[in-house]
Amino acid sequence: MIEVKNLKKSFGKTLIWDDVSLTVPEGETLAVIGRSGCGKSVLMKHLNALLTPDEGEVLLDGQNIHNLSYVDLRIQRQRFGVLFQGAALFDSISAFENVAFPLRYFTKMKENQIRKRVLDCLEMVNLGEIGNKSTSELSGGMRKRVGLARAIVLEPNYLLYDEPTSGLDPETSNEINELIIHFSENLNITSIVVTHDMHSVLDIADSAAFLDEQKLSWYGTIEEMTKSDHKRLNSFIKASEYNI
Amino acid sequence: MQVFQDFGRYCQLLYQAIRSSSELKSYYKNFVSEMIKTGYDSLPIVILAGVFTGAVLSIQTSYQLVSALIPRSTIGAIVTQSIIIELAAVISGLVLAGRVGARIATELGTMRVSEQIDALESMGFNSVSFLVLPRVLAGFVMFPVLYVAAASTGVGGGLLAGMVTGQVPASDFLLGARSFFLPWDIIFGITKSIVFGFIITSISCYKGYFASGGAEGVGKATTNATVLSCIFILLADLLLAILLL
Repeated sequence: MIEVKNLKKSFGKTLIWDDVSLTVPEGETLAVIGRSGCGKSVLMKHLNALLTPDEGEVLLDGQNIHNLSYVDLRIQRQRFGVLFQGAALFDSISAFENVAFPLRYFTKMKENQIRKRVLDCLEMVNLGEIGNKSTSELSGGMRKRVGLARAIVLEPNYLLYDEPTSGLDPETSNEINELIIHFSENLNITSIVVTHDMHSVLDIADSAAFLDEQKLSWYGTIEEMTKSDHKRLNSFIKASEYNI
Repeated sequence: MQVFQDFGRYCQLLYQAIRSSSELKSYYKNFVSEMIKTGYDSLPIVILAGVFTGAVLSIQTSYQLVSALIPRSTIGAIVTQSIIIELAAVISGLVLAGRVGARIATELGTMRVSEQIDALESMGFNSVSFLVLPRVLAGFVMFPVLYVAAASTGVGGGLLAGMVTGQVPASDFLLGARSFFLPWDIIFGITKSIVFGFIITSISCYKGYFASGGAEGVGKATTNATVLSCIFILLADLLLAILLL
């Protein structure tokens, strides 16, 4: 379970948000929504301590991740898989090696075991045959899937997705959404999805957090969201051309 | 104020690199790969710079020492001393600030703005020991090697130019070179190359590691890394001359 308590973050004199509190129970998916620049990705980077808050805490199964020593933090980070907005694949190595990368450094697996695990993960994201391609040869959708395969290769407890469907065509977006649902339901992974794609939110999330006006403006289940009379939330949903 | 902030962050990055030096054994492949990129791949340009510097110096010294009272062997002594004490280290340092420094700053800067460094950290890697430490250590190890290459080809270039132009016979050149040779000069040159290697790799790592602002930010980081490296090479050159000679 991930608990965020009274988080506040500023960059210099610019306040990003204040007093953000939310909880993501085990195996559930939270969507963090809001306009561009409202600090969704910044919030995500606090969950695995890539950024440090000015105030507040992030509890991972009751343990404040921002109070850990660097060695302990690195161990906790291995419980997370992260899909970055541009996939953040290492461009000096092949798609296969990107997925194998964490296995080579953090496990004692032999080469044939690594190969099997990587191919299994690539198969899971429907990319069984592209493993040896260079990352520059991959399309946007393929890059996201390789990123996803890399994120799950160490069997994480938590998955963080930063705009998983941005820049993708509707069909590929649906495929990525299906993968997120698959990981959540079948692997019992707790997920946080940063997005402004309301189609995705309604498809994959159990709850949603709406960041607006430098605070957590609305937070609740998807069912509650569909019935909410929160003006700015409704306006955001309408603007995304989605009729609930 | 910004200068002090930059210096503080630079020191912090170096401290993190030193503190995580025990992890180098896990990332030795990076170290080996960096030694190849920094050392082996830079050999052609360093040799080229060495040969031409030595040749030009030999021709220009011959042109200036026209007095019949000065033996031709003096040219060999001046060229050899200048190359070993000063030019091999400084010229190769300035050339490598462009070749090695720009590469490091661009690589790390691109990794930063495309979130590859965040990806490393989020997997549980120590990005400093993975990216910065191997590059700085490779600079420590390979710059002296490159200095030796630049110095020996520089002296060779000077000798060759003297022979080809007919201004200094090889026997005179070598006589002069041997007469004034001091082993300390080589140690001094190697010391300079180690310091220059550290300056180039550490400044470039710092600029690349903290790059921001997309492609423009990477370009800015690369330019700053090269310019700062050149400035600090010249400052360090003066400081070492005052302290060690």
